[in-house]
Parts: sequence; structure tokens; C-alpha cells
Amino acid sequence: MTKFLARNRYAVQRIGFIAITLMVILTMLPIIGTILFIIYKGGSAISWEFLSGFPHDGMRAGGILPAIIGTLYLTLGTALFSVPLGIAAAIYLAEYARENRLTRLIRLAIINLAGIPSVVYGLFGLGLFVLFLKFGTSILAASLTLSIMTLPVIISTSEEALRAVPQAFRTVSISLGATRWQTISRIILKEALPGILTGVILGLERAAGETAPILFTGAAFFLPRLPHSPFDATMALPYHLFVISTQVPEMPIQIQYGTALVLMIFVLTMNIIATVIRSRARAKRQW
Amino acid sequence: MEKSLSWREFIITRLIQTSGYSAILFVALIFFFLLREGLPTLAEVDVSSLLSIRWYPIENYFGILPLITGSLVVTLGAALIAVPFGIGTAVYISEIAPRWMREILKPLVELLGGLPSVVLGFLGILVLAPFLRVFLNLPTGLTALTGSLLLGGIAVPTVVSVAEDALDSVPRAYREGAWALGATKWQTIWRVTLPAAKSGVLTAIMLGIGRAIGETMTVMMVTGNAPVLAVKLGSIFSPVRTMTATIAAEMGEVANGSTHYHVLFFIGMVLFIISLIVNIIASSVVFRSKKRAERILS
Repeated sequence: MTKFLARNRYAVQRIGFIAITLMVILTMLPIIGTILFIIYKGGSAISWEFLSGFPHDGMRAGGILPAIIGTLYLTLGTALFSVPLGIAAAIYLAEYARENRLTRLIRLAIINLAGIPSVVYGLFGLGLFVLFLKFGTSILAASLTLSIMTLPVIISTSEEALRAVPQAFRTVSISLGATRWQTISRIILKEALPGILTGVILGLERAAGETAPILFTGAAFFLPRLPHSPFDATMALPYHLFVISTQVPEMPIQIQYGTALVLMIFVLTMNIIATVIRSRARAKRQW
Repeated sequence: MEKSLSWREFIITRLIQTSGYSAILFVALIFFFLLREGLPTLAEVDVSSLLSIRWYPIENYFGILPLITGSLVVTLGAALIAVPFGIGTAVYISEIAPRWMREILKPLVELLGGLPSVVLGFLGILVLAPFLRVFLNLPTGLTALTGSLLLGGIAVPTVVSVAEDALDSVPRAYREGAWALGATKWQTIWRVTLPAAKSGVLTAIMLGIGRAIGETMTVMMVTGNAPVLAVKLGSIFSPVRTMTATIAAEMGEVANGSTHYHVLFFIGMVLFIISLIVNIIASSVVFRSKKRAERILS
């Protein structure tokens, strides 16, 4: 058998390559198909009223403005907490930490944070923010929950970006009399910015599309008005899509596809921006 | 001036250090709150009834076995899809595809990784489930299989990005050596590159499985949510209910502090421990082959 394979190894290679190419096509087609299908089906639902109106008739008519605004609030709220904390943690790991047991423990913790199921984050947020700290079901509690969930993505990508800045930048800056923090804040962060930005956007993209962590921490089934303060609950696009596709009987299919399309555009735009920033930075980089 | 500068430096350094430690704090906090709300279960429900096969919370039956088997069946199915397709795609991107193809495929896979799971669940309900019902002639399309297919898709990007990284970090000299000995590209992939990247590929598989077992919204929407013990071969074609879906579906309706509430936190605790084990194994495999640890997160 082995001999046979070896003798015909170019035939084997050809068959192997064809098989693997087929697998790749089978993997890629559904991705492209999904995106095009939602654009095709949801496109006709998009109108100014749909984007700027409130839902009425038990959400079976009208627009999805409160869900869009809610997702914006949640994404911004998440950024408020997770971006400074995540970048600071990345600076610590890349610039300050020595390779010792504590640092290994931090890395292990980050890996574990990245692996915790999203619904467990929801439970945690319910236990800590909603009930223990008495924030109630609110934008604040949901944003904090989402922040901790996005932290590992932001930390790991930012650390990688910081580490990619050549050592010579640090040496020169320190030798010119700058302190460590001056070096980091004026030289290193500036050089690593595109990489950090990519990580931040990818992290927030995940937060914007998640449903499970906000289920019991901040999502509202239906609100006739926009939230007034961080202590209000809010509607959100992913949760709204879940609600109208499973909980509301006789929901017009148009509105469902339209909501899915708006959510997808929201998330994929962030994805594409991140990709563009990264590839442009790579092309421009001089070191 | 001099003094205030060093004072500022000191404070900033401390702040950064504290942020660095925060990840440990958060993992500890999460575990603490799961224990705090989940452990009372053991006082309120007998262990024997907890390990029974009946999940019917309204009448105080809290057997979590059907939920565990439900998660296992769906995850196993997802792994059977995500592992071959993920590794195949990774091999193609890193070893076979021309450069321009790679530049198209990589962002596409990332795009899939970015699609919200609720969108996939939504399409699962409207497109995949009806199709499977007719195609396989089932009473309902909302089955473990539907969940596995979608979960497989969700796990693919994780598997691809980690496995591709591992393949990428195999030194080029290994391949050149194999080619010089007369091996075809195909033989080189199977006998040299993949074995050399073994630890990274194993990590990819572990993390893919971890991703699948923790996924919530998609499985909740498409698996039919029937808490029946899934141990027969045909279970894959019938509705099941996973641990994650149970928490998501029922937490909103229970009274805080009730037994049902505690049991749901207990299930969360089980999920947390599973993900801890999966990630520790995965990362120990990674650490052995040097520091690709940061990579696996993206």
C-alpha cells in the first residue's frame, strides 16, 4: 500500500489537493452565501422609517431605532471600561512584566477569560453587577459584563502590537533622558497604535454582536422610549433579533431579515475597518 | 519639577501594574460568584437527583444529565465538522494557496468569526432547519444535527486561525529539506509540516471544541430544547437541550435565590470548570512549543 502510494505520489498529490480545495470551497461558500442571502432578503426592509422609527403593534411593525441606539450605547459603554484597562494591562505585560510565575499566571488567566462561555459571563454579571452591586438590569451592568468579556481580545492583540515595536526605539528614547512612561506614552504607543486599534475594534465587534451576556444584565424585551441613563435597561440589536425570531408569533419575515441585516452591517463594518487599518499599517511600516 | 515627574511616574506604574493583575482578579471573581450562587444547590438538591435523567424544574426535578449529554452530542457533532474542515482550510491557506488567494481567504474566515451567533441561529431556524426536515424526512428540523452543523461553522474560524499560525511557525527549512529528498508537496504536508506543528494543531482542536461547548444563542435557537437523555445513535436527529441553552432560556424567569436559580448557577459552574480544563490543557500544549499563547486569543 505504502509502495503503491509512493509510486503514484503525484497522482496522490493531485487527488489530495482537489479534496482539500473542495473542503475549502465547502467552508467558504456558506460564509459568502450567508452574507449575500441576508443582504438580499433584508435589503428591501431597510428604509428610513425602519432605521429611525419605534416598533409598534407588538413589534410587528415600525422601526428598530431603540435597538440600534441601545447597541451603540452598549458598545460605547464597553469601550469606556475595557479599552483603558485592556491597553494598560497590555502595557504591563509587554513593557513591565518579567517572565516569572506571576506573569505566567496572568497569561493563564487571560487565556481562560477568553474561553469562558458567554452565558457564564451573563451569570457572573447578574451575580456581581445586577444583584450584589445593585446596578439593576441596566446599560451599566451589561457594559461592565461585556467589558470583562472583551478584555482578553484587547489585551492580547495590544500586547502583540506593543511587542512588535523594535527595542531600539526604547533604547534611544531612554538614552535621551526620557522616563519609562514618557517612552511608552510618546513613542511606543504611537508606533503600536494601528495594531492596538485593530484589537480594540475586533473586541468591541464581539461585544456588539453578543446576546447571552446581556440577556439577564441589561437587555429589555421592548421599550417604548430610548434609555435615559446608564441605569436604564435597553433594547439591543442581537437580543431584538432573538426576540422577534423566536418569541413573537406571526412576526413579519421582512422585519426579521431587516434586523439581521442591520446587525450584520453593524458588526461587519467594524470587522472590515479593523482589517483595513491592519493591512494599511503593515504596508506603511518602516521598521 | 524633578520630584513631581518621578511621583507621576510612580503612580502610573502602579496603575499599569494593577491593570496587569486585573485578569487574575476577574477570573477569581467569576469563579467566586458562580460558587456563591451555585453551591447552595448541593444543600437544596440531592446529588442523586441532580444526576438523574429528568429535568423538569417546575416540579423540582433537577437532573442535569440530559443537559450534559445534550451539550456533548452537539459539541461532538460540531467537532466532527470543524476539525477536518478547519485543519483542511488552514493547510490550504498556509501550504497550498497562492499569495493572492491567502489574502482573500484569511479575512473571509475572520468575517465568519465575527458573524453574531444570533444571526446564524436566525438563519438556522428559517433556512437550515426546514431544509433538514424535508431532506432527512424528520418530524422537526430543530435537532442536535442542526445545532452541530451551525456550531461547526462557528468553531471553524478558531480552528483555522490557531492551526494556521502553528503551520506558519514551522521553519521553512523543514519543507525544503523534504522537497530536496524528493517528497511531493502533499507528502511534505502530511509527514513533515503537520507533525512538526502538532502541538499547535492540537491546541486549535481544543480551543475549537471549547468554543463549541460554550456557544449559547445558536444552540438555543436551533436544537429544539427538549431535555431528553441523548445517548442513542439516533439522538443526533432528535431535539436536545444543552447546558448553555438551559441557562439562557430559564434564568430570565426564575426567582432570585430559588432552588432553580441556584441550579442554573451550578450548571454555569460546571461550564466554567469545563472551559478551565479545556483551556489549561490547550495552553499547556502551546507553552511547550514556545509562546504562541497570545495568538490563540485573536
